[in-house]
Amino acid sequence: MPAVSKGDGMRGLAVFISDIRNCKSKEAEIKRINKELANIRSKFKGDKALDGYSKKKYVCKLLFIFLLGHDIDFGHMEAVNLLSSNKYTEKQIGYLFISVLVNSNSELIRLINNAIKNDLSSRNPTFMCLALHCIANVGSREMAEAFASEIPRILVAGDTMDSVKQSAALCLLRLYKTSPDLVLMGEWTSRVVHLLNDQHMGVVTAAISLITCLSQKNPDEFKTCVSLAVSRLSRIVSSASTDLQDYTYYFVPAPWLSCKLLRLLQCYPPPEDGAVKGRLVECLETILNKAQEPPKSKKVQHSNAKNAILFEAISLIIHYDSEPNLLVRACNQLGQFLQHRETNLRYLALESMCTLASSEFSHEAVKTHIETVINALKTERDVSVRQRAADLLYAMCDRSNAKQIVAEMLSYLETADYSIREEMVLKVAILAEKYAVDYSWYVDTILNLIRIAGDYVSEEVWYRVIQIVINRDDVQGYAAKTVFEALQAPACHENMVKVGGYILGEFGNLIAGDPRSSPLVQFNLLHSKFHLCSVPTRALLLSAYIKFINLFPETKATIQEVLRCDSQIRNSDVELQQRAVEYLKLSSIASTDVLATVLEEMPPFPERESSILAKLKKKKGPGAVSVPDLEDGKREGGELNGGGERGPDSAAMSASNASTPSPSADLLGMRSAAPMSAAPTSAGSLLVDVFSEAGPAAPSAAVNDDGFLRFVCKNNGVLFENQLLQIGIKSEYRQNLGRMYLFYGNKTSVQFASFTTTVSCPGELQSHILSILRLNVQTKPVEPVVEGGAQIQQVLNIECLTDFSEAPLLNIKFRYGGALQNLSLKLPVTINKFFQPTEMTSHDFFQRWKQLSQPQQEAQKIFKANHSMDTEVLKAKLLGLGTALLDDVDPNPENYVCAGVIQTKGQQVGCLLRLEPNGQAQMYRLTLRCSKDSVSLRLCELLAQQF
Amino acid sequence: MIKAILIFNNHGKPRLIRFYQYFTEDMQQQIIRETFHLVSKRDDNVCNFLEGGSLIGGSDYKLIYRHYATLYFVFCVDSSESELGILDLIQVFVETLDKCFENVCELDLIFHMDKVHYILQEVVMGGMVLETNMNEIVAQVEVQNRLEKSEVLNCLFCHVNSSPINREATKPAVPDQHRLRPL
Repeated sequence: MPAVSKGDGMRGLAVFISDIRNCKSKEAEIKRINKELANIRSKFKGDKALDGYSKKKYVCKLLFIFLLGHDIDFGHMEAVNLLSSNKYTEKQIGYLFISVLVNSNSELIRLINNAIKNDLSSRNPTFMCLALHCIANVGSREMAEAFASEIPRILVAGDTMDSVKQSAALCLLRLYKTSPDLVLMGEWTSRVVHLLNDQHMGVVTAAISLITCLSQKNPDEFKTCVSLAVSRLSRIVSSASTDLQDYTYYFVPAPWLSCKLLRLLQCYPPPEDGAVKGRLVECLETILNKAQEPPKSKKVQHSNAKNAILFEAISLIIHYDSEPNLLVRACNQLGQFLQHRETNLRYLALESMCTLASSEFSHEAVKTHIETVINALKTERDVSVRQRAADLLYAMCDRSNAKQIVAEMLSYLETADYSIREEMVLKVAILAEKYAVDYSWYVDTILNLIRIAGDYVSEEVWYRVIQIVINRDDVQGYAAKTVFEALQAPACHENMVKVGGYILGEFGNLIAGDPRSSPLVQFNLLHSKFHLCSVPTRALLLSAYIKFINLFPETKATIQEVLRCDSQIRNSDVELQQRAVEYLKLSSIASTDVLATVLEEMPPFPERESSILAKLKKKKGPGAVSVPDLEDGKREGGELNGGGERGPDSAAMSASNASTPSPSADLLGMRSAAPMSAAPTSAGSLLVDVFSEAGPAAPSAAVNDDGFLRFVCKNNGVLFENQLLQIGIKSEYRQNLGRMYLFYGNKTSVQFASFTTTVSCPGELQSHILSILRLNVQTKPVEPVVEGGAQIQQVLNIECLTDFSEAPLLNIKFRYGGALQNLSLKLPVTINKFFQPTEMTSHDFFQRWKQLSQPQQEAQKIFKANHSMDTEVLKAKLLGLGTALLDDVDPNPENYVCAGVIQTKGQQVGCLLRLEPNGQAQMYRLTLRCSKDSVSLRLCELLAQQF
Repeated sequence: MIKAILIFNNHGKPRLIRFYQYFTEDMQQQIIRETFHLVSKRDDNVCNFLEGGSLIGGSDYKLIYRHYATLYFVFCVDSSESELGILDLIQVFVETLDKCFENVCELDLIFHMDKVHYILQEVVMGGMVLETNMNEIVAQVEVQNRLEKSEVLNCLFCHVNSSPINREATKPAVPDQHRLRPL
């Protein structure tokens, strides 16, 4: 007998649905729906009180209309009324409507809560389940407040029916996820863990989700679950397929629960207790053995269920990463799946192998499957599977197979799906750089990359090849020759022209000896591409031309001719026109020596983390870049160093002496030099602004601290900006007190919902800056909604109790278009903010300097200049630091000395500072002496990153 | 966690939509369209997993789907779920529907949307799996039906207009190609 009773539906509903289905056009459908909505509205508003049945029918119609994609803006009240009906069917539809259509911000929550409260205390299990479902589906804060203490009681009570227990477990899980602070497990912990032993498998199924979540958050309190989970798993795995009756699914005992148990164990390290561990290893071996047994059924469901467990077991083995024997077996098993006829299994095998590749025990074993994986990349019909194959190739790549893998990925790129090309390009570029044995191979690879998939080669990639060529003498000649050849192709990608222009402009002389690539031939080749290129590329080419004039005086006349023609010197684009004019002038008035200085070869770029890697992280989110040793010892987050604005763009190229602005540099109209002298601190932001894009645009919560460093010497400005959000800061400090205004600006046209901010003081700071009070938050929380284009403000009051080095963290969460955005920033509250400047004479200064002579009171650092060494810039920074800048103190006028007192609540710390620049070496020596050694250290750390 | 369950037909018409995370109505409709677009262009013999599309969020999410006759059953899940496990879960859900409706087909889902919701609620609650044992699920649905029947009988005496309709009047014998045939 079918379980759904027929013939007792609602006639009006069926008629309405039939009407809709009979509508011939979209218009007719909308008309019919509007008619119905009007009808329902009038019924709801009418004088005649509706009976429960009618309400139920209309609410059901509204649900159907909603499913068709129409907004429903009424009927909520009627649904709430249905909750208090004593008829089950009416109650049921009321709860359904609310679960589907009411969100957690609704004003009706209080009424709903009342109804739920009644049903929970009704002791009618069906009603209780409905109420628990509703809480689990809506899961609002108010519900948590009302029921968080009640649900655990229902869950562990001895007389609760199994079905209610199941619902209560998941209900509690939901509340814990929304409001962990309200769900206090304490006394319930052990009883909840023991639900793993419950006789009813359904209860275990529901409870294990709850326990897994709680274990992830409080591993220590829940660690007793490990041995219980192992014994439960062991009982399931060793049971005959009929033992578990209904929980046996296509001859596999309790597959879902087994998977969940194996997942739970992945929250913990391998069990320490030898017996437990032995039992678990036995389970894992049994699971691996079963995979080799002949199937008990030919149905796909049977193999699915069996393999679901197998894959989870393999995940656990990989997670433990401690049993070489099991790891190799796992790898062999996955190897079998790689060639399985089921596409799903091939997909999952590729995915699991990706994680296996990073284990030292199994990396070699994974590598043996390289041919199969390459084959998958070439022949799989499904893009999802090909993508996994590409990921795996990337993960298994090392020095021994890099050439083969890169070659295969390159050839795959020619036919790759558009959706994964950009990522493939990044991966090829990273592997080529990481495993380059000789740099000519690297250059070849990247140029091939540009040739094959030029459109997908992002700036970072071609910036990077130029950085590497510039930094390595041994590859420059080869690079010049290769780009020269590549440019000969009748049609070449614009990115190739950029790389070609740049490299020939720098190193064209290295191949000029060959008459086939004489200076004029090189120039003509470049110039033949000029007219087809976009403005930025043309600007770069113009810079290459002026460099040519320096490299090859014999080309001067030809190039001047080109610069002089109207299409350059009167170009409607300001940038191009300016370059043409200035370069022309420069080439005609400057002496050879001046030209040679101005147009000197680019100095090496500072070695930093690959900007490409940062880009890949940005694309895939941190953690997705599974080449672990690439990241070793490197800071999280990308530094798009040269890759950003300062990269081998033409501006930087023509301004190889950018760090010392000089009249000749101005002549070049350099983009980077001008703002540097105008606004001292903006120089530091080059790095930072690029970073802020790479950072938490994705919903990651990695702490972003580059904005932080910009504020050491200033109090106002933009702390953070990405595509969505801009955060501005204004702050003022007096003695040991400070006030900070934060401005959150929504850059989009869509509102941010559930906008919350919290400030936390990590670690030691907690005891030091106790009273970071968020006045606004306390009296009136930050508006939970930031409308599109709007800005809201928040005030923080800060008191410095004693010296500190960790900055407070600002955490921001909001929903943008449904996706949760989570952002952590270091708030730029640094110890130097509490400086009081102290003026003193030379005599006083040196006397105090000598008094602070204990070795730990002094901190010193010698470092390379990262920014302009211009006097005014330095002075502005030192003043911004908060100290007094003392003139005529140091016998060497080039040096800077400063003095100040840091005010904390408990004490005052006197500080003396000396900064000795060495313009020639582009280095500084920074010395600090303070009456408290921790302050010397911290200040030295902070300041060394400012100059 | 299961973030959303979408059932739509071969033309992208939604037949059951359940979100376990809040999205605005517009967003829900966009997600349905995008998901249909992603899933419908895939052949029947490719794998049942694909990355979650731009709307539903990030590389941590996957779409796991199965195609039965005229309907797509799509579950959007995060990485805490076993892919094959979810495939089995979809199968359990469809087999349960088949038991409850006898030869279930798309029309049953259209005319008994509320029932389908109730059945789903016995399987998934707030995005987490409540029960995987089909007999247990069917038993719960039967309890509900008994309650409903007793109330309908009472209703007959007070609602002249609402005389129950005969299911066969709206749904004649199911043509074979329309049966979801979960087995």
